[in-house]
Amino acid sequence: MNAQVLQAVWAVVLLTGTGTVLGLVVGIVVKLFGAEIDPRIEEIEGLLPGANCGGCGFAGCVAFAEALAHGKAEPTACPSNSAAAVERICALLGVAAGTRNPKVAVVLCGGDNAKARQAALYNGVVDCKDAMLVAGGAKGCRFGCLGLGTCARACPFAAIEITAAGIARVHREFCTGCGKCVAACPRNLIRLVPADAPVHVLCSSPEKGAAKRGVCEVACIGCRKCVKASGEDHITMNGFLAVVNYDNPPTAEVAAVCPTGCLVATTPPAETETADPAREMVHA
Amino acid sequence: MPEQVRFRGGVHPDDGKSLSQAAAIQDAPLLETYTVPLLQHIGAPPKLVVAKGGKVLRGQRLAEPSGFVSAAVHAPTSGTVKEVTEVALPTGRTGPAVVLQADGEDKADEGLAPLTDWAEAEPQVLKQRIVDAGIVGMGGAAFPTAVKLSPPATKPISVLILNGVECEPCLTADHRLMLEQPEAVLTGARILARVLGVRTVRIGIEANKPDAIALLTEKARGTGIEVSGLRVRYPQGAEKQLIHALTGRKVPAGGLPMDVGVVVQNVGTAVAVAEAVTLGKTLYERVTTITGRPVVRPGNWRLRVGTPYAKALELAGGVSFDPAKIISGGPMMGFAVYSLDIPVMKSTSGILLLAREDVTQFTGEACIRCGRCVDACPMALMPGTLSVQIENERFDLAETWHALDCIECGCCAYACPAHRPLVQHLRRAKQEVMARRRAAENKSKR
Ligand code: SF4
Ligand code: SF4
Ligand code: SF4
Ligand code: SF4
Repeated sequence: MNAQVLQAVWAVVLLTGTGTVLGLVVGIVVKLFGAEIDPRIEEIEGLLPGANCGGCGFAGCVAFAEALAHGKAEPTACPSNSAAAVERICALLGVAAGTRNPKVAVVLCGGDNAKARQAALYNGVVDCKDAMLVAGGAKGCRFGCLGLGTCARACPFAAIEITAAGIARVHREFCTGCGKCVAACPRNLIRLVPADAPVHVLCSSPEKGAAKRGVCEVACIGCRKCVKASGEDHITMNGFLAVVNYDNPPTAEVAAVCPTGCLVATTPPAETETADPAREMVHA
Repeated sequence: MPEQVRFRGGVHPDDGKSLSQAAAIQDAPLLETYTVPLLQHIGAPPKLVVAKGGKVLRGQRLAEPSGFVSAAVHAPTSGTVKEVTEVALPTGRTGPAVVLQADGEDKADEGLAPLTDWAEAEPQVLKQRIVDAGIVGMGGAAFPTAVKLSPPATKPISVLILNGVECEPCLTADHRLMLEQPEAVLTGARILARVLGVRTVRIGIEANKPDAIALLTEKARGTGIEVSGLRVRYPQGAEKQLIHALTGRKVPAGGLPMDVGVVVQNVGTAVAVAEAVTLGKTLYERVTTITGRPVVRPGNWRLRVGTPYAKALELAGGVSFDPAKIISGGPMMGFAVYSLDIPVMKSTSGILLLAREDVTQFTGEACIRCGRCVDACPMALMPGTLSVQIENERFDLAETWHALDCIECGCCAYACPAHRPLVQHLRRAKQEVMARRRAAENKSKR
C-alpha cells in the first residue's frame, strides 16, 4: 500500500516537473526568438466579409488581412467588401482609400426552357460539368445555359438563382463581383461587368442567325440593328454576335431596337428580398 | 477450351447480339455527299491537304498526320471538296470536317501500290504503310496504330494479341468480320507480328462465338497463331483484362500493355492492315453494326467514313417505332447522342437504338455500402467511395485513390442497386484530375 502511494506521488512530481521545465523553455524561446503578431491583422480580418471567396487574389480572408497589414495589397482589392468597411481598413492602415469600380456578374444567355429548345432529355448527374460529358450537353443550343447550377453552387454569396424556367440569373444586389462563378461555368457564359452597365446582349452563340433561331427564340441573330442605333463604339459585332463594349457602353434605350429581345436593359435590384434560408446559411 | 486465368470483377449483361449476328456484312450504296471529320483519332488533329473545289479520288489523302500521334484521313469516294466546315461529331463535340460531293464514278486512287512481297518487306516499310493508310484502333478508342507498334527499345515486345472478344453487348461487327474475312484477319496478324518482330501471336475470342473460334482455329493451323476461346464476361475485351486472361501478365496501375511486353490490336484493325498492305487500300470504310429493337432490319454494314447516321439507319430499313435513346457504340461504353446528323467515323463500331422499355430512368440514391461496385470493378477500384468524394468535388482524393485507372467500363454503375451514377462520376473525376495535372505542369514550366 505504501509503495503504491509513493509511486503515485512520484508520478505527480515527475509530470509536474517536466511540464514546468518544458513550459519555461518554450516561454524563453518565444521571448528570445518569437515573432511579434501584428494586432491589426485580427482587426482587419474582422472588417473583411469572411467569405473566403478568393476574389482578392489571396488564399482567403486571413491571407488577405496579412497581406494588407504588410502593405502588400490594396484594401480595395476585395471585391466583396462594403465601402464603409474599406474606409475603416484604410484608416487603420493609414492609407488613402483608392477608388473601386464595383463589378457584377451577368449570365450572357437568355434561353430558358420556355424560349430555348432542349435537344434531349438529360437525367444524369445534376451538374453542368457532368452534363457536358454526355453528348456535350442536351440543350439545343450548344452555347446556352444548361441550368444545372454549377455556378450557383460556386457562388459564396448565394447570388445566383436557377429560375423555375431553368436558367441561371444573378441577383445583382447580392453579387459582389468575386468572379467565382466565371471560372465555374463550363460554357463560359458568365462575365464580370461594371455594375452600372446599362445593357447586355444575353446570347453567347457565335453560330449563324438562322441556326440560332432554330433552337432559341431570344438569340442574337446578328441583324446589326443595335450597332446602327448606338454606333460602332458602343456595340461591336463578333461574327454573328453583338457584343456590348463595356468600357464605353450604349444607353439603355438601345434595347428597344432589338427584334428578338436578347438585348436587355439592366433591371434595378428587387425592392426587398425575403430572407432566403440558403443565404442565411452563407452569412451565418 | 483450356482453363483461362480469370480477371477479377466484371458483370454479365444480356448480350443482345442475336438481333444482328446472323446478318452477313453488306456493302452500302454510294451516297451523294460524305462529311468526313478530320479528327477521328486520339492525338493531334491532322493537317488538311485539299482545298475547297479540289478534286479527289477514292482513298486519296484529305489530311496528313501532323505529328507522331496523329493519323491521315482519306476520301471515301471520288468527287469534289464542297467545303470544309465545323460539324457535330458522335462524341458530342464539334470539329472540322471535309464535305465531299461524290461524282458517282467512285474512281480509286492508285497512290499506294500493293506490297505483294510483304513477308520479306522491311518492318519499317510495313509500318510506314500503316501510317500512310491512316489506320487507327478500330475497337473504339481510335488510337493511331503505328504508335502502338513503336515501343521504345527499353520495352521489348514478346506477344501480339488480336482482340476478337467483342464483349460489348449488341455489337456483332467484329464477329462477322472474323467469319467472313478470316484470311484477312490472319494476314493482318502476321503483318503486325512482322512489324513488331514477335513470334507469339494469340487471338482471343469470347466463347459466345463458337463459329468464329472454330473457323479461325482451322484457318490458323500451321501458322503458329493460337486461337483461344475466353469465358463470357464483360469487360473481357478490355486490354488489360484480355492480357491477363491470355498471358497471366498483369499490367501495372497506370502502365501500358508494352510494360509487360504485349501489344493488343483489334481484329478490325488487323483486317485494315492486311488490306492496306496487300491491296494498297487506305482506311475509308469500316464494318458497323446497326441494331436495336426499333430498327427494322438490324445487321452489319460496311459503311464509308462520313456517312451520316441517318443514312446508315435508312440502310437498315429505318425504325418501326420511335427509339427512346440513340447510342454511338455499344450499350456499356458507347456515347448517347441526340441527333442522327453526325457522321460515321473510323471508330464507329455500332449505332444502337433503344426502345422505351430498354431504357431505365432512375435517380441515384445514397450509397448503401453493399460493396457490389467493388466486386464488379475489374480495375480493383472502390467506385462507391470514390463517387461520394467526387460528389463533394474532392478530386484530390479521387486522384490518390486511382480514379485515372478507371477504364470507364460501367460495371460499377451496372451493379449498383442504389442506381448511383458511378461511372459518370468517375469520368468527371478523370477529366478534372487530368486538368489539374495539366495546370500543375504549366505552372512548373513557367
Ligand atoms: S454571382 Fe459570381 S461574381 Fe457574383 S458573388 Fe456570386 S460567384 Fe461572385
Ligand atoms: S451559367 Fe453556366 S454554370 Fe451556371 S447554370 Fe448556366 S451553364 Fe451552368
Ligand atoms: S470504376 Fe471504372 S473501371 Fe471500375 S467498374 Fe467502374 S467504370 Fe469500370
Ligand atoms: S454498389 Fe452502389 S450502393 Fe453498393 S457500395 Fe457501391 S455505390 Fe454503394
